Amino acid sequence: MLKQIEGSHAVAEAVALCRPEVISAYPITPQTHIVEDLGAMVKAGAIKNCEFLLVESEFGALSACIGSSAAGARSYTATSSQGMLFMMEAVYNASGMGMPIVMTVGNRAIGAPINIWNDWGDSMSARDAGWIQLFVESNQQAVDVHIQAFRLAEQLSLPVMVCMDGFILTHSYSQVDIPDQEQVDAFLPTFEPRQLLDPAAPLSMGAMVGPEAFAEVRYLAHHKQMEALELIPEQAAEFEKIFGRDSGGVVKTFNCDGAETVVVTMGSVIGTMKQVLAEMRDDGISIGALTVRSFRPFPKETLRELLKDADRVIVFEKCLAVGMGGILAMNLRMALKDFPIRVHSAIGGLGGRPITRANLRRMFEKGIRDEMEEPHFHDIHMNIVERELEREQAQRRSGSIAENILQDVGVVAAAKTI
Amino acid sequence: MPQIPETHQKVRFYQTGTLTVGNRLLDAEHRSVQGTMDRSNSLDSGHRACQGCGEALGARFAIDAAMRATNNQLIAANATGCLEVFTTPYPETAWSVPWIHSLFGNAAAVGAGIAAALKAKGREDVRVIAQGGDGGTTDIGFGCLSGMFDRNDDVLYICYNNEAYMNTGVQRSSATPGAARTATTMPVGKDPGNAFNTGKSVPLIAMAHLIPYVATASVHDLHDLEHKVTKAMGIHGARYIELFVPCPLGWGSKPSDTVKISRLAVECGLYPLIEAEHGELTGVTKIRRQVPVGEYLKLQRRFAHVLKPANTHQLEQLQAIANRNIKKFSLIEEQGGQE
Repeated sequence: MLKQIEGSHAVAEAVALCRPEVISAYPITPQTHIVEDLGAMVKAGAIKNCEFLLVESEFGALSACIGSSAAGARSYTATSSQGMLFMMEAVYNASGMGMPIVMTVGNRAIGAPINIWNDWGDSMSARDAGWIQLFVESNQQAVDVHIQAFRLAEQLSLPVMVCMDGFILTHSYSQVDIPDQEQVDAFLPTFEPRQLLDPAAPLSMGAMVGPEAFAEVRYLAHHKQMEALELIPEQAAEFEKIFGRDSGGVVKTFNCDGAETVVVTMGSVIGTMKQVLAEMRDDGISIGALTVRSFRPFPKETLRELLKDADRVIVFEKCLAVGMGGILAMNLRMALKDFPIRVHSAIGGLGGRPITRANLRRMFEKGIRDEMEEPHFHDIHMNIVERELEREQAQRRSGSIAENILQDVGVVAAAKTI
Repeated sequence: MPQIPETHQKVRFYQTGTLTVGNRLLDAEHRSVQGTMDRSNSLDSGHRACQGCGEALGARFAIDAAMRATNNQLIAANATGCLEVFTTPYPETAWSVPWIHSLFGNAAAVGAGIAAALKAKGREDVRVIAQGGDGGTTDIGFGCLSGMFDRNDDVLYICYNNEAYMNTGVQRSSATPGAARTATTMPVGKDPGNAFNTGKSVPLIAMAHLIPYVATASVHDLHDLEHKVTKAMGIHGARYIELFVPCPLGWGSKPSDTVKISRLAVECGLYPLIEAEHGELTGVTKIRRQVPVGEYLKLQRRFAHVLKPANTHQLEQLQAIANRNIKKFSLIEEQGGQE
């Protein structure tokens, strides 16, 4: 049914349609609306046979899901930013133990300095944690991918993170087609756990594994993610049959074929980019785009195939590996290492910095001229950076960078936006 | 001051020279679970615990009693620690109950998740125990534990308290007593060992959450432990039992003295045995034969410095703590007193 609906509410409705049995969550902006809506649905009895645990922390939230999943319940949680870091030990544990939990990440920057706005720092902090990480570009896709996430998780016995841009998606209203319960039931079978805590057949989970078998356990974790690379497109195809929408898969292309320049990105920014790229193509520029939907597993082969004929790739990402550069760019360069393709790395939108059509076009044109620094910081105000560097040069006790900069840009203005 | 009633036990066993306990003198229904042929052996032999491990002894009695009380419908969540490591060296396990180990600090939350799953599935006949050592309970697992109490989740949490991080090599925890030597509180300087006026009492904190049941127990009185576990499993909601479990390795005591040290800890007043319901103290185990704390301390090398003439101030401080406990919990029968 078509609804004009907030992204968070749409996700809550999608999760409810998946018949979760245990939901456990701790509030953090911008994830809050999702779990508030689910809490209300459970309390009102709109989700049958479901327990909602109001936990004391994100660590507790995911730990409770580990317990409930091990006891055979379809389990769900959601978080953002600092919450992801606070639960990190359990993040690795959930995947190591093969618990098919689904977690929404309302992507938000990580502090310090504390910042509630969107970038991908949180999901990226868990990129090597063994979870499947699916990035969505719209609220419709968020709905559709959550439904696929439960099936994928349970089929593989692996946890899945659905990553959606905080505020840009979680708090925006748009038209979303909320599926019928019958459709979801047809797509998503009942959870049959691969391992179960059951007094009728006792087993021990979580044994200590030493050097004699640890490498094999890690190998199998990698192997399982490689299996997911095949399963994700298969499930997307099946999803399309039932729901009539192409809404999944490992990548999505936009006029990539034959394009000299291809922009590679993830998440919602492709919405703005599509407009810019259409304008550029109208001006005779050979440029297309591709979004990576599955960041983990990373679809190296698919990307190689799709990008092998491009002259250059401009990677745009809302995250930074401090001391190294672009994370998506690093992964992509690894995929393209055998091809003579120039890969430019642009980092932008950090901490919610607006990404506009105008500044995107300037950046793409710079990339096409092969004039990008490595890495390129998109729309960065170098005057602010230089002023702080001068201050540090001038005096030893120069103070906190974040507060100095706020004073430079006008602390009142910054406070007003919050 | 109102008298605190004595705890449940009507029949008392006194330790004899041979350490035998008169189980057979009781009616069949009052005999220990461990003394029956059909005990579940939930923590089976063959595990890697040290000789004289109080935790292995306590866990065996506690889980078997819980199994009996729940008609074998039990799931256990275990924190990282000795109990986890010595029972599940891959690919072996000493557990015959469904058992899960996730992390050091989350056993209470994992237990809460299991209980939520069982409730969602309408399997409330299956009950849940979460368990860990004192470090996993009073320190790193404390947030999750308090959350479980706060939500009144249907989980019995058992803390096996050996008063330090034994699995990592005997470092101080917030359950380590004053003066005790650990690897991070060495017996050097003018106040050797662990600092006084530190640490916390999780049983009292548990009581402050007003949960349905809180108790302390000790491995010298396993009948009492079985009784308390059985009682706890008869109640729904969050429950907490803290069990005093000597650690020969960490305490520098003889493996053969584990039970004796437990008894002396209780009889000197340093480890009061209490029961509480909904935040109210409902029972204490009276001390029948009070001993000075020195009797308890002298069997443990972790307190060896306390008994030296230079450190009598430490001995006095420990005795003062015992005296405060005796007064606070009315641990000694008042002579000829009437209620």
